[in-house]
Amino acid sequence: MAWTKDEMCQIIAHLELKEGLFVNLGIGLPTKVANYVPEDMHVIFQSENGMLGMGPSPYEGEEDPDLINAGKQTISALPEASYFDSATSFAMVNGSHIDLTILGALQVSEKGDLANWTVPGKMITGMGGAMDLVTHIKRVIGIMDHVAKDGSAKLVKECNLPLTGVNVMDRVITDLGVFDINEEGMFLIKKPEDVTLDEIISKTEAKFVVKLL
Amino acid sequence: MNKLYPSAKLALNDVVRDGISIMVGGFGPSGIPENLIQALLDLKTQNLTVICNDFGMDNFGLALLLETGQITKIISSYVGGNKTFEQKYLEKKVELELNPQGTLAEKIRAGGAGVPAFYTKTGVGTVVEEGKEVREFNGEKYLMERSLFADLAIIKGWKGDKIGNVIYNKTARNFNPLMAIAASTTVCEVEEIVEVGSLDPNNIHTQSVFVKRLILGEKYQKPIQYLTTRPRG
Repeated sequence: MAWTKDEMCQIIAHLELKEGLFVNLGIGLPTKVANYVPEDMHVIFQSENGMLGMGPSPYEGEEDPDLINAGKQTISALPEASYFDSATSFAMVNGSHIDLTILGALQVSEKGDLANWTVPGKMITGMGGAMDLVTHIKRVIGIMDHVAKDGSAKLVKECNLPLTGVNVMDRVITDLGVFDINEEGMFLIKKPEDVTLDEIISKTEAKFVVKLL
Repeated sequence: MNKLYPSAKLALNDVVRDGISIMVGGFGPSGIPENLIQALLDLKTQNLTVICNDFGMDNFGLALLLETGQITKIISSYVGGNKTFEQKYLEKKVELELNPQGTLAEKIRAGGAGVPAFYTKTGVGTVVEEGKEVREFNGEKYLMERSLFADLAIIKGWKGDKIGNVIYNKTARNFNPLMAIAASTTVCEVEEIVEVGSLDPNNIHTQSVFVKRLILGEKYQKPIQYLTTRPRG
């Protein structure tokens, strides 16, 4: 069986989160990674609209319109929290002071290019902070379905969607595997037990080497 | 010196004219100068270029000025999820210039600090690179980005004193203090006016020199776009 979205978040949390890291989670599915921080580990979450020390959703009745994350959802603040303006926030990002970002992806190429901000022909939305995050944060992880809704591959030789960043990805997790990307290429390092390599190969356009942990 | 004006309309009346550029603070529905936007609606100023992080919600904030056709150009990082924008954009009633969010923040900060341009790696190899000077530093490519400076900034603070020192609340700070420094005239609305000397000088977020005019916001909607909560356990 392919991994569920919750399993993907749990696996990537286990592989990536370490004591003391400063982490920025993308909007949508990546925010769920925060649910899998081990009890004895201290990870500090940044929200690029101007906050460090972001906590979970507030208790009912404690929501505050002045306290939201970059996805415009109500959040809570941990005792360690600090607030700042958007230029300071992106000094943290663009100065590579943030250790890790995990974000959604539309396509990832075998060279580590990422497309995740727009689809030609669909209504334009804007890149928000995505280009800054993937260009500058020390470690960039993608999380996505292995194939698109129309069955086409999302791990590709070259992205044909507009790029968010060139050669920026370090690792991608899909429902069919965890893939590392470095100067030597793309490597499958982990897969669901009962998913065959043949199935993964048939659903992947990018060239990858099997190097299971 | 008293920068306090009796209403948003009076604070803007003689500084707005058709065709000006306006920076508008806020991120999503948080930290939006609601009363000053209402005054722009009342004053019916036309052909505005608006510089803002995003276009937030429908039927609130800047979307109202789009509906009336007062905005003709937007410089922003995100316009998703706003039906009014989609309609005006498809009708070619509004021009859009998108910037990566960090680049936009730095364009405003730099503009306010007298720095005309800067280099950043964000956007190299993407559509953002088109038409921009590319320069190498330490063997890596960077794009030259030009700074922004507007005719007017309208911002939203939490508390302000009568001389124009302002503090913000939580994530409602966002682009507001950057925009405060990057316009010929900055008008700030706050939820509470306090006496000079009552704000802690160690913790002033926007200093009085940047704020030309101040108003007490008449009323605040402060909507929540996506309510997420957890049950008490």
